[in-house]
Amino acid sequence: MKSAAFEYQRVTSVAQACALLAEHGADAKLIAGGQSLVPMMAMRLARPAVLIDIGRIADLQGITVCDEGVRIGATTRQAHVQADALVQRELPLLIQAMRWVGHVQTRNRGTLGGSIVHADPSAEIPLVAAVLEATLELQDANGSSELSAAEFFYAPMVTAIAPDQCLVAVRFPVWRDAHVGSAFDEISIRHGDFALASACAQVALDAAGVVTRCVVGVGGAAPIPQALPEVAAQLVGQSANATNLDALAAAAAAALDPEGDLHASAEYRRHLAQVLLGRVLRAACEKAKA
Amino acid sequence: MSAEKLHVVTLMVNGQPRSAAVPARTSLVDFLRDTLGLTGTHVGCEHGICGACSVMLDGEPVRSCLMYAVQADACAITTVEGLSQPDGTPGVLQDAFCETHGMQCGYCTPGMLISAHALLQTNLNPTEADIRDAIGGNLCRCTGYVQIVAAVKLAAEKLRATGGAK
Amino acid sequence: MSNSKFRYIGQHRRTKEDPRFVTGRGRYVADIVVPGMKHVALVASPHASARIKAIHADRALAMDGVHYVLTGAELVAATEALMVGVDTPLVKRYPLAHEVVRYAGEWVAAVVADTRALAEDAAERVEVEYETLPCLLDPEAALNPDAHLVHPAHGSNVLYRRKFVWGAVEEDFAAAAQTLSFRCRWARSATVPIETFGVTARWDPAQQLLDVWASIQMPKYPDQIARTLRLPGNAVRVHFDVDVGGSYGVKRGIKHTVLVGYLARKLGMPIRFIEDRLENMRGGDMHGPDRIFDMQVAFENDGTIRALKIRALDDVGAYAGRSPLQLGKPVGAIVGPYQIHSVEYEPISVLTNKTAQEAVRGFGQAPTNFAIESAIDRVARHLNMDRVALRRHNLIRKDQFPYLIPSGTTYDSGDYHTVLDKAMAAADYPALVAARDAARAAGKLAGIGIATCLEPSGGNSSFEPLFNPKNLTTTWMDSCLVRVDLSGAITGVMNTSTSGQGHETLVSTVVGEILERDPADIRVVHADSLNALPSNSPVGSRMAIMLGSAAAGAAKIIKANLMAIAAHNLKCPLDDLVYRDGHVSVKAEPSRVMDWDALIEIAHRRIHQMPPGLEPGLQAKFVFEVPTGGGLPTADGRVQMYPCYSFEAHVVLVEIDPATGQPTLTRYAIGHDCGTMISPQIVHGMTWGGIAHGIGAALYEKFAFSENGQLASQTFMDYLMPSAMEVPSVDIVDHCTPSPLTVFGQKGSGEAGYLGAPAAIACAINDALAPSGHALDELPMTPMAIWSTLQSAGSMK
Repeated sequence: MKSAAFEYQRVTSVAQACALLAEHGADAKLIAGGQSLVPMMAMRLARPAVLIDIGRIADLQGITVCDEGVRIGATTRQAHVQADALVQRELPLLIQAMRWVGHVQTRNRGTLGGSIVHADPSAEIPLVAAVLEATLELQDANGSSELSAAEFFYAPMVTAIAPDQCLVAVRFPVWRDAHVGSAFDEISIRHGDFALASACAQVALDAAGVVTRCVVGVGGAAPIPQALPEVAAQLVGQSANATNLDALAAAAAAALDPEGDLHASAEYRRHLAQVLLGRVLRAACEKAKA
Repeated sequence: MSAEKLHVVTLMVNGQPRSAAVPARTSLVDFLRDTLGLTGTHVGCEHGICGACSVMLDGEPVRSCLMYAVQADACAITTVEGLSQPDGTPGVLQDAFCETHGMQCGYCTPGMLISAHALLQTNLNPTEADIRDAIGGNLCRCTGYVQIVAAVKLAAEKLRATGGAK
Repeated sequence: MSNSKFRYIGQHRRTKEDPRFVTGRGRYVADIVVPGMKHVALVASPHASARIKAIHADRALAMDGVHYVLTGAELVAATEALMVGVDTPLVKRYPLAHEVVRYAGEWVAAVVADTRALAEDAAERVEVEYETLPCLLDPEAALNPDAHLVHPAHGSNVLYRRKFVWGAVEEDFAAAAQTLSFRCRWARSATVPIETFGVTARWDPAQQLLDVWASIQMPKYPDQIARTLRLPGNAVRVHFDVDVGGSYGVKRGIKHTVLVGYLARKLGMPIRFIEDRLENMRGGDMHGPDRIFDMQVAFENDGTIRALKIRALDDVGAYAGRSPLQLGKPVGAIVGPYQIHSVEYEPISVLTNKTAQEAVRGFGQAPTNFAIESAIDRVARHLNMDRVALRRHNLIRKDQFPYLIPSGTTYDSGDYHTVLDKAMAAADYPALVAARDAARAAGKLAGIGIATCLEPSGGNSSFEPLFNPKNLTTTWMDSCLVRVDLSGAITGVMNTSTSGQGHETLVSTVVGEILERDPADIRVVHADSLNALPSNSPVGSRMAIMLGSAAAGAAKIIKANLMAIAAHNLKCPLDDLVYRDGHVSVKAEPSRVMDWDALIEIAHRRIHQMPPGLEPGLQAKFVFEVPTGGGLPTADGRVQMYPCYSFEAHVVLVEIDPATGQPTLTRYAIGHDCGTMISPQIVHGMTWGGIAHGIGAALYEKFAFSENGQLASQTFMDYLMPSAMEVPSVDIVDHCTPSPLTVFGQKGSGEAGYLGAPAAIACAINDALAPSGHALDELPMTPMAIWSTLQSAGSMK
């Protein structure tokens, strides 16, 4: 299980990385943490001719305050995100998701952006990005662009990012509402495994307990980390007490079309999505009230 | 030998500077074992699940099968060999594993020790849940983990008594 | 016999092996570098069943650093077929497929290159043309007359089938008040050690000698390698001092070693092959039993079990090896720990287009225990009787030993009721019932599982002649050499490799016990196969019994020699002397003493002070035969299998989230009796490990195949082994019923925990499902399987 031979280039700037991407196109692959890419290369399921190491570009790392909330550099290690005080304070949903991400050893190497561009439909970080409608900052040799995470994911491991683009940072919106609650839940066979299904939600309530904002989504139960804006919209304007969250979860899950595999049939995944949607909506509302 | 381009990789391993030229595709674990001869670190799955290849990279535990040696250039690595005292005798944690018989075949042991070492660097009062979480990414087929958990508890106790010296 | 009579045995002592493992100084096969060695990678079949039309290796051979591409045609012409455990000479197997591939992942060609990475590069460039053939995956369908034949020359897919009838089965069924029947299924899983199998071989043409370093746990391994490579036995030297990174049965490696040995000799280059995880999982031939049980039980209204009928259909995959014999071992404990009057047992071993099966911890006993315990629970539920009471009613009583079971084996000793009581007390059974009922009241599913199971130990391989009349093997000995050198230091020599069982600790403890010398100062080494005494390797929970007794036997000879030297020099009859701590003194005159050093000095240097007839130097070998070994089976298939029977009683509480089907083990206790424990820490460790392995088999692990025969769980992302997050802490309570057959009363324990954990957990899950009227009879009991069962209509019979 040895990788096929490749040319290795360590770059010190995003511009350098983009120049190499422009030169090699789909033959090149960026690596930072490599926690998903390296095993694929070891099994020769991925075999880039050129591996561009962006792991040491300082500009790509770090967590800062930005206009809409928190900006996290694409190659910021997952462990650093998890331990960061700003993230802990401002992005409780992301923090709750992080405990489900792999193991401490992989979080020490794995990066936030790497998980997003890898786009495993059952991965936690892409789900949070999609549900919170994070903004992805992309760069290529011609300049910068932005995409909403809601329009980023196309299919399992397929995204809107072009072969010559580099994800630079992810901006997560922070909700400033008075009463916000969020919840992330997941079913995996063993701790640290990819989710059979996952779900997360974030709600804001007014003083009377009426839902003013809501986002919700499921992982592992659709080809992409699936934000469910229509479901969320149905909650807005309703009292969290009165709303039949379980009925909503059931309706949302019924609309899903998950793939079955060795560990979970499509039917089971859909069922888990329903259970988890109900749980995270209830938990998020409870937390918002508290 | 085919003419694959070689990259010079220079590391600080267990406090010693080490350097060698290897193909880019050489994993860090293969570099440590085959190139530097540090065979204490083991290969279990080569796809990042079993944890047998765990090493400390710049003070944090990582899986050395999940990175290429070139990526670790200029980093500081601690392997199981580096957990011993300077004269080669077992350190406190290693000794605790001997006391509780926290192993059988010994194959997962170096990775277990690295994960436990990483935990004890930041937490000398770990609960059983903390310990299980810390070694949750290291598979052992021999022990059922009971004596490993006991070893880490014992090591924490001893380290608390001695103020954390290894 | 209580532990307190021993000085070292049964005491908490550090093991001899651990210090090298914790410092990274273990010496595993992948750590051994032979100068100039080349590396192998395999070309694996993408098809489960296909004809090989052509193999084109030119592109691979043209690559720099590539030395050779070996195919089945060459290997088949140059080597003998690998050994088969049953009498099926036309089910031929070689390390590489020849003409036909019979499972996905089967090795088709081997590439030799300067590095493993280059070998993999070249393997990708070997082009194989296939013509796909029908593919057989269902073991029941394998029995159909028109089924695709995995080995057409054999004429059938059945490797072994026999209906044994021991006792008046039909009469007992007819007379019994009630009967019930059910089917249960044990899934294909394995021990999956964290170290894959590896082997390095070097051929020395000057000496005509093949040196082999391997990660091995295999009886008669050197002999099989030599025979297959058409070499005399003394042309193969296996180095048993290689640390083995776990095995629990599977590290057999014959095909790997024949392949590498052939290449080393052919190419004149040292050759290393370390399986990568994909080669290991798909083509390493280490999958375990894959078994369908059809069970019938005859019983009375008071819960007395009269008779069993067991049909066990085992899917061994594409080749035989020793795997059909895994249906044979359970003959030695076919009634479990129960007084059951008669048994019909029909083992059927069939071929399919799946990875070949190999020995797995317990050699088929764990699946059988699962089936028997499932039957016991079914009877209890059917009679609405307490499961513990039912077990107590049927367990063999302490006063009934030695106890002859219908299939011809006599159990040596036991106190099953006491061990069960101890386990129940350790688990605080009333509290457990309260916790279960509270969880149920809170809307959860919760259940308690009980399993009372046997561990046959001290293997004598009687299943070989039982399942193959041409095989007349009746001895399954093991040996030890003990030597005291000029300095007075003691060295024990064992004759096989170790895969975590702590044999160096075992030998040093036993020798220290006999010679009254500190085991910490006794060194234990592993001979190589050319200077080894006979051994049958650490299989079948045998080493505490077999190696322990051999080491004790050798040490006793040393002690007797020391006494003889003292008697001669003190001019005193032996009976007047006393041996203490290695020194010999006159009982009546304690000041007249010859100390250890003086005795050693005489033995090594002063023939003039030696008693006549005693050879100089101080060494002794002892070859120990299985205490009950020696007999061939009767015509109706009765035979004494194992000599010693350990017992374990599991009590486990499981809670299941009814919404997701996810089970959690919330309490686990085990009572365990393996007679005298030589090293309690080692016994406990293996028991805990066995339970963890059993948890894997019960809840997580399965080699699943797709509809076209592809192995779906071929990486650690899909073959799910439990981590510290899944395995709960487990309380072990010991009990000691010494075996009357062994020197210290010891029995075997290497399979402990695994033999009962899957049964106990399955019973707990079914107890949890019972109130809803459901039953689940197939392992692994995954969240999806549990959830699906809950969705289905009531399936409880």
